[in-house]
Amino acid sequence: MCLAIPGQIQAIHDTEPKMGTVAFGGVKKEVCLALIPEAQVGDYVLVHVGFAISRLDERAAQETLQMVRTLGDRDNRRSRDEIS
Amino acid sequence: MKYLDEFRDAHLVRACLDQLRAITTRPWTLMEVCGGQTHTIVRYRLDQLLPPQIRVIHGPGCPVCVTPMELIDAAIELAASPEVLLCSFGDMLRVPGTRGDLLGCKAKGGNVHIIYSPLDALQLAKAHPHKQVVGFAVGFETTAPAHALAVKEAARLGLTNYSLIVAHVLVPPALEAILSSPENQVQGFLAAGHVCTIMGYEMYEALARRYRVPIVVTGFEPVDLVEGLLLTIQQLEEGRYDVLNQYARSVRRMGNMNARALVEEVFEPTTRTWRGFGELPASGLALRPTYRDYDALVRFADRLAGLSEKSAVSTSMEQDCQSGLVLQGRLKPSDCPAFGTRCTPEHPLGAPMVSAEGACAAYYRYRSA
Ligand code: SF4
Repeated sequence: MCLAIPGQIQAIHDTEPKMGTVAFGGVKKEVCLALIPEAQVGDYVLVHVGFAISRLDERAAQETLQMVRTLGDRDNRRSRDEIS
Repeated sequence: MKYLDEFRDAHLVRACLDQLRAITTRPWTLMEVCGGQTHTIVRYRLDQLLPPQIRVIHGPGCPVCVTPMELIDAAIELAASPEVLLCSFGDMLRVPGTRGDLLGCKAKGGNVHIIYSPLDALQLAKAHPHKQVVGFAVGFETTAPAHALAVKEAARLGLTNYSLIVAHVLVPPALEAILSSPENQVQGFLAAGHVCTIMGYEMYEALARRYRVPIVVTGFEPVDLVEGLLLTIQQLEEGRYDVLNQYARSVRRMGNMNARALVEEVFEPTTRTWRGFGELPASGLALRPTYRDYDALVRFADRLAGLSEKSAVSTSMEQDCQSGLVLQGRLKPSDCPAFGTRCTPEHPLGAPMVSAEGACAAYYRYRSA
């Protein structure tokens, strides 16, 4: 039930409460943006029961992936072990 | 899809699993809190790929599964009245109440509408001014802001034919109940990423310190889960018990402040009975006095009078279903005697076999083939 899926904001409408069009791959849906009033067109957001609940942070996503990528690299692992 | 595909990369999953194997020296028991995480673990067989010393048990994070019988009975009772349109998320429909479920009620002519968003119920209320639209507000902290906003909207629009059966539950009290149990086996938690997207993770810091358990806020894709497990095991192996955030692309320490303010304005904490756990103080949400006009249990109190005793009798009669043990992580679904025989998704004995997030449904779907 806490399922939330990422989509990209295509348009923001001047409504009360604030709504917008969000694209999930090829599927578009009307989503309530009231919980993230700072959202801009082009932002990726997580959508749960028709509400955008957060803006996805591209830098944080890359950092998470980078941390895992460095695990695969043995030299890296050795040097990290030396540091800690 | 961006933000999904890269977190399903098999190479990255393998890298985390290798690292887990390299650092694990002792047996550890971890719990993933959320049913969505349970599904990813079971679906991608991550539990079977872990080093044998690591045991993952499945937590209570299925709101549908913990919703008490008496609220389901109330929803069914109201759906059966001709003036009511009952709105519910789809996965609530087949959860057994004392006498049948919402789906059965709908088949017999009850007015049950499946909605996707709580705002859909407001549209129905506007379109049917002579009907009473009742929303069944089930969910954890993730879903509460949507219901809070719907109530505020109803107030702004002056809708007098809209109300909610509020069944919202809160995660931290359930974790506390698990940790404080004398039989507790959980040594570290993967906290639920979407609950924390709303609430942040500040409140877990005291819990981690008090019970000396590491808690890692974790996402829902395979890479998220193995990385969450790695960050937890690393801490256990080193004797640390910090709160870490694996799901930083969505979760900030203080959560979503707009959403929290909305929930705070409309709801207040209340004692709630959890199916499988019993009564937990301050573990649910109720409408604040200013919004009590939107409480369906108050609005229809006369109609619902007398239901609660019947529900109480039946809750103690659910002897066949072991969902209490499953929800507390004390019984693996496939070890329940009814699993896959008397209890299947077509003929569920208990909610964990019904809900898309229930642990029994996950095992049935991905393990019995
Ligand atoms: S398998 Fe069915 S009867 Fe057994 S605990 Fe799960 S839902 Fe209950």
